[in-house]
Amino acid sequence: MADKIATREAYGNALAELGERYENIVVLDADLAEATKTCIFKKKFPERFFDCGIAENNMYSVAAGLSTCGKIPFASTFAMFAAGRSFDQVRNSIGYPHLNVKICATHAGISVGEDGATHQCNEDIALMRTIPGMVVINPSDAVEARCAVEAAINYNGPVYIRFGRLALPIFNDNDDYKFEIGKAIKLAEGKDVTIVANGMMVYEALEARKMLLENGISASVINAHTVKPLDVKTIVDDAKITGAVVVSEEHNIIGGLGSAVAEAIGENYPVPVVKHGVNDVFGKSGPAKELIEYYGLNAKGICEKVKIALSLKR
Amino acid sequence: MDKQKILELKKIATDIRLGAVEAVYNAKSGHPGGALSSADILACLYFSELNVDVNNPKWEGRDRFVLSKGHSCPGLYSALALKGFFPAEELKSFRHTGALLQGHPDMKAIKGVDMSAGSLGQGFSCACGMALAGKVDGKNYRTYTLIGDGESQEGQVWEAIMFAAHYKLDNLCLIIDNNGLQIDGKVSDVMNTMPYESKLLAFGWNVITIDGHNIEEILGALENARATKGKPSVIVAKTIKGKGVSFMENQASWHGKAPNEEQYNIAVSELTAYKNSLGGNN
Repeated sequence: MADKIATREAYGNALAELGERYENIVVLDADLAEATKTCIFKKKFPERFFDCGIAENNMYSVAAGLSTCGKIPFASTFAMFAAGRSFDQVRNSIGYPHLNVKICATHAGISVGEDGATHQCNEDIALMRTIPGMVVINPSDAVEARCAVEAAINYNGPVYIRFGRLALPIFNDNDDYKFEIGKAIKLAEGKDVTIVANGMMVYEALEARKMLLENGISASVINAHTVKPLDVKTIVDDAKITGAVVVSEEHNIIGGLGSAVAEAIGENYPVPVVKHGVNDVFGKSGPAKELIEYYGLNAKGICEKVKIALSLKR
Repeated sequence: MDKQKILELKKIATDIRLGAVEAVYNAKSGHPGGALSSADILACLYFSELNVDVNNPKWEGRDRFVLSKGHSCPGLYSALALKGFFPAEELKSFRHTGALLQGHPDMKAIKGVDMSAGSLGQGFSCACGMALAGKVDGKNYRTYTLIGDGESQEGQVWEAIMFAAHYKLDNLCLIIDNNGLQIDGKVSDVMNTMPYESKLLAFGWNVITIDGHNIEEILGALENARATKGKPSVIVAKTIKGKGVSFMENQASWHGKAPNEEQYNIAVSELTAYKNSLGGNN
């Protein structure tokens, strides 16, 4: 396995790499280029980088205007401000006219760490997926993050991509890895329970699978990198085999991937769905790794939810 | 200045007002006050200033116009219909279920609309993005945007004011429809935004203050803006809310309500009488 890399780092590298091939890409940031890693693009293409200052609302509407003139704007700030503060701009300036703007938000979730609750956005996926026509992606490692950026460039319409601050293990570096918007990836087959995850929880889901096997429980693992449009078929087909689903994400258990999967299962093949994530609370300050333990956002936490899901099976 | 042209634009402005009143009357809702206050500006933009092609509404080289005060769209729609972007008949189904003309501008469906707008403050920023794209690509189209004076209470407006000056968007022209009224009353009572001139000068803009109902002054200001290089221009246009319809003038209550049949008939007769008084061929 390669060294750990944060998905935000992969994002900045992808912009700089793909900026060569796609000349219409312009990048906007709101005084966080060093943190969001758009600084990597800025260094290479200063004439196509525009700092908007600490004025996110203006930035997202400016991005909308740029896109009407053929540009492919990537507009970045922390998830809290992109999805939270600028929800109205993202909805009305970008979403309603279905403009080709890429809202690339970093520092999502509890793993922001020491900055604490004001900066740990656990609501962004819920907010973004309610906007009609918005594609919502939460990549699980650096390989997937890079692929998501390229897929977003080749998709004509608004895309929200969530990136994290914390360095994560790379596990999608196999030759047959293929990223497609809206197409979940089944990473492991199982017969007792389906674990659906995205973002940093996908790796934890794979670790959980190993732990469950030691107890004789066979879990399938699905990487649902795209929350919207959700790959309902892959998830429902697997639920038909296992009869129970656990959904794991670094997000509030309200409104995110867990809710999306519960909706899909409820409407298509009702079986128990247990959500694993941030349990409808605000975050706290602390080193990211300690917070992950504190909030149970790890393989052990997933295993506990699997036990509940299995107990609910009829 | 060409007297015939000025007369012609006065007539067009009156036709824009007639169309706006017709739209709001038929919708039984909508915003006549700001549509009427901005009609002379729209006439000068669409029938003198803007380089647009009705046969190719998405032409890349066109000048852009963003109605940031999207609720004033009865005026915009009326101007676009007069220009020929869609049949004037559409004005009668403004705000109707399933009709083309939405309560606020919809760029996806309505030809000639360069940006969807309605949530105040955003259209101006979108116009900044269009102007920036023109700079990046070295294109010589210009971008115009109209905001309300009440709208300038939105923080985003001042973000955009900073942005446009910072990036020296001299291909951008902001127009403030300074009619002095908003839903809750006088702008100066609700949340004072004055003075615009000293504030915008301090932000690094070229500031032009005019009577927003004087065609000659509007055309002169647009020319001044076009000739100004190195910084964005703002035209602070003093206007009268409800201009042209006696009982609507300077009444905040006409910000967002439709006339009844009797009021509609009075409005049409007043506007028609004014148009006839201009003489020449109608």
